[in-house]
Order: sequence, then structure tokens, then C-alpha cells
Amino acid sequence: MSGAVATAGVGVADPGAPDPGPSPLPIQISAMASRSIKRLIRQPALVIPSVIFPLFLLAVNAGGLNAATHIPGFPTDSYLTFAIGFTFIQAAIFSTMGAGQSLAQDIENGFFSRLVLTPMRPTALMAGQLAGLVLLGQFQALLYLSVGLAAGANFEAGVAGYFVLAALVSIISIGFGGIGLIMAIRTGSGEAVQGMFPLMFVLLFFSSMTLPRNLIEQDWYRFLATINPVSYLIEAIRSLFIYGWDAEALALGFGIAAIVAVLSITFAARSLKGRMLR
Amino acid sequence: MTPDRTYFSAAWAVAWRYLHNLYTKPAVFVPGLIFPLFFLAAFAGGLSAVGDTPRFDYYNFTAFQFCFILIQASALAGVFVGFSIAGDFEQGMGRRMMLATSRRSSILLGYALGAALRLIVVWVIITGVSLLAGMEVRATGYDLAGMYTLGLLSNVVALLFSAGIAFRFRSLQAGPLMQMPVFIALFLAPVYVPQELLTGWIEPVARLNPVTALLNGARSLMAGDPTGILLAYGVAFGLIALLALWALRGLRRAEVAG
Repeated sequence: MSGAVATAGVGVADPGAPDPGPSPLPIQISAMASRSIKRLIRQPALVIPSVIFPLFLLAVNAGGLNAATHIPGFPTDSYLTFAIGFTFIQAAIFSTMGAGQSLAQDIENGFFSRLVLTPMRPTALMAGQLAGLVLLGQFQALLYLSVGLAAGANFEAGVAGYFVLAALVSIISIGFGGIGLIMAIRTGSGEAVQGMFPLMFVLLFFSSMTLPRNLIEQDWYRFLATINPVSYLIEAIRSLFIYGWDAEALALGFGIAAIVAVLSITFAARSLKGRMLR
Repeated sequence: MTPDRTYFSAAWAVAWRYLHNLYTKPAVFVPGLIFPLFFLAAFAGGLSAVGDTPRFDYYNFTAFQFCFILIQASALAGVFVGFSIAGDFEQGMGRRMMLATSRRSSILLGYALGAALRLIVVWVIITGVSLLAGMEVRATGYDLAGMYTLGLLSNVVALLFSAGIAFRFRSLQAGPLMQMPVFIALFLAPVYVPQELLTGWIEPVARLNPVTALLNGARSLMAGDPTGILLAYGVAFGLIALLALWALRGLRRAEVAG
């Protein structure tokens, strides 16, 4: 694949022919995206845990916390319907480390340095890395929705809601994938990217993942859940399952996902420029 | 030195080395401490409203969660020792330890001693934090001793399981094989609510899960109303007997592999 990129970009196929110049951006992006996707498919050991672990936690929580639906004010009588929203976010956030890990691996094994010698644009490199992540996010979304519905969860938003869910999962994947890229570009170390795991775990657990914020009794915990952006992402997806169309929850979810995506991609692009100049 | 003294002095040397490495490398020690505290905060803090659900009859939600965290922290401390064994063998230290000891089971005993000493620090911290968070203790001194002994036995069970894997693979790449089964067994027990309130598929799974007996025993001791203690200790000693064989056979394989 890298060979295809280099050939398309530098034009070394025929030394006598006029230099066609760098390949257009869409071709570069598609080459990098194809590489990223093939890499994902060829490394099931990286993908399977990030797909299975959220399902395991969903099963355990849905079974163990069903009694919580008896708390006055709990929004649904099925804890599975309540908890499934968290599964999408958990999977999206965990798989973002995969994007960082892949880029860090490229930096560690020298592939990135070789790529810098080609006319590859930074945008293509980033978009390519994120494409695999978005595809994985879509696969996970479809899988979790199917498993959830088969297990008895309600999806109030219906078919149109699926497209909204897919769009939100994509933006979240891009946003958190960008954070993984920043770590990879700045440190160039897969170990450092893995070091983000505890931080991600804290972001996930100190949110409204297990109870609605208004039912959290401890003030300090409710405060943390309220300032934690992950709560709003979970609540947006949860709203599609429980209420159908809750404009406020969806606006907050999409808004926060978009802000995270814009900020992380901007910083990732700057970091990438800096590393390419080194 | 008599053979017995040599055996115990070798075990003590392994334990001392393990503890020295642990306390001089915060990156190794801190995760084992942070994870239980993190779960304590997330469960006791975030889920306290679950304690108000009908038929949840345990006297204090923080104490209820503390018992789970105690068993979890003890078991994970055992798993982390498995990581150290695998790391030592990966770097060649395990082979040198084998050359230096006449009876190799002293190596396993040394790691177990180190794990137990490490556990005391973890217990002191999680107990202190839980008391500060409003945990009410109804246990008598004897009950508390029984509860912490269950924690220690959980530690030995997890350690023997992980050591068996570490001796067989002799590589840190086997880490998930040590961690995941313990993590899954812990979460398939009644973590959030008493066993009677579990519904659906998790109810029969929790009933068959040996961790449930340990957890229920610890919770009843904490409440000062010991029930199911014989079962809890029986399960713990049964697992220790089985897993000791697993670990010692793993050690034998490591010896054969050189």
C-alpha cells in the first residue's frame, strides 16, 4: 500500500515520462484509508477486545443493576435500555487508542519517516488513520444495536434514529481518535498511547453511565458527572433508546462531540506538521 | 544452614526482592492501588442510590461495596504478582532464581509472601478511604479478622492462578490471560446488589460463581452477622488446593524449559 502511495505521489514508474506531480488529495486519502482498514482487519487481536469488552460490561451491568429501575424517577423499566447507550461510547473511546497505537507503531518502525519523504499531505495521513476508526465505529454501532434489540432493549427513535446514532458515533470516533493521534504524534510511543487507558477509564466511570445525573445522591459525584463531557455523549445516545427524539440531549451530544472533534483534529494537525518538519 | 532454613531464606529473598522492586518503581505499585480506589469511588459514590431500592436490606451501601473492593483489590494484587513472575522470567531473572535455589517451590512461596505484605498496604489505604467516605462497621474484631482472612485467601487464589500461567508462558504477553479471567469472575458475582436481587441470566451464573461465596461471606462478616462462612472458607481452600497444583506443575514446566 505504501508502495502504491509513493508511486502515485512521486511518479517513479517510468523515469523517461514527465513527472505527473503529486497525486490528488482524494487518492492519497483513499490509499491511506485503505491501508488503515486492511490493517484493522488483519489485526483481530487489537479489534476483538475493544468490541467484546463493552458487550461484557453491558451484560453484567444490565443483569446486576436491573434493581436500579425501581428507584423512583428512573426513566425506564429496563436497565438494558438505559445502559446500552454507554456501550457505544465505551467502544468508541477505547477504539480511539487503536488509532493512536497504529500511528505510534508507524513512527516506531520508521514507516512514518519514509512517508514524510513522499509528497503525502498531512491531511491525507490523518484522514486515512481516522477512516479505519470510523468504519470500526459503524460496525460496532450496528453490532451493539442488533445485540441490544435481540436482548430486549427498546429503541424508541426507530429507523431514522439509527442514522442519527451512526452519525454521532462517527463524530465521537473522529474526536477521540484525534486525541489518540495527538498522543501518538507527540510521543511517538505506543506505550505512551496505552498510558491513556486509565484516563479514558476515569472519564467513562465518573459520568452518568450507571444512573441518571438527577438520581446520583453524592454531590461530588454528580458534580463530576455534570462537568464530564462524556456524560452528555452517553445521554444523547441514551435519549434515542428511551425517549426517541430529545432535542436538548441530542443538541448537547452533537455539540460536544463536534467541539472535541474540531479541537482534537486541529491540535493533531499542528502536531503532525511539527513532527514532519523534524 | 539446615535445609528448612535454606528454603525459607530463599523464599524471603524472593519476597524482599519483589517488595524492593515494587516500592522503588511507582509505575508498578500505583496501578494496583489506584484501581481499587477508583472502583470504590465509582461504585460507592455513583451508585449509592441503588442502596435505596426495595429489598436492598444491607445496612450501609459503602460497606457493601467495600467488601467487593476488598476481595477485588486482594485478587488483583495476586494477579499483579503474576505479572512480576512473568516479567522476571522474560528478563532471565527467573532462570537465575532457579539456579540459586535447591527446592524451587521456595520461589513461589517468596512471591506469595511478597504479595501478602504488599496487600497490607493496599488494605490500610482502602479501609481508611472507605471510613472517611462514611463506611459504618458493624463487625466485631473476630468478624473483621475473618473478613480480611477471606481477602488474603482471595489473594492466594488469584496469585496461584496467575503464577501457573506466568510459569507456563514466561512472558508478559500472557498478562491478559492472567487478568481477564479474574476480572470476569469478579464481575459475575453480586457486585452491585445482594444476590437475592439479581435477575435474568446473571442470577444462575452468580450462584455458581465461587467468588459469590467469598463475597457473601465477607459482607456478612462486615455486617456482624456471619452466615455462609464455612462455605466461603471451604470454597477458598478448595480453590487454593487445586490452583496450588496448577502453579506447582507450571513451575515444573518452567524448570524443564530451563
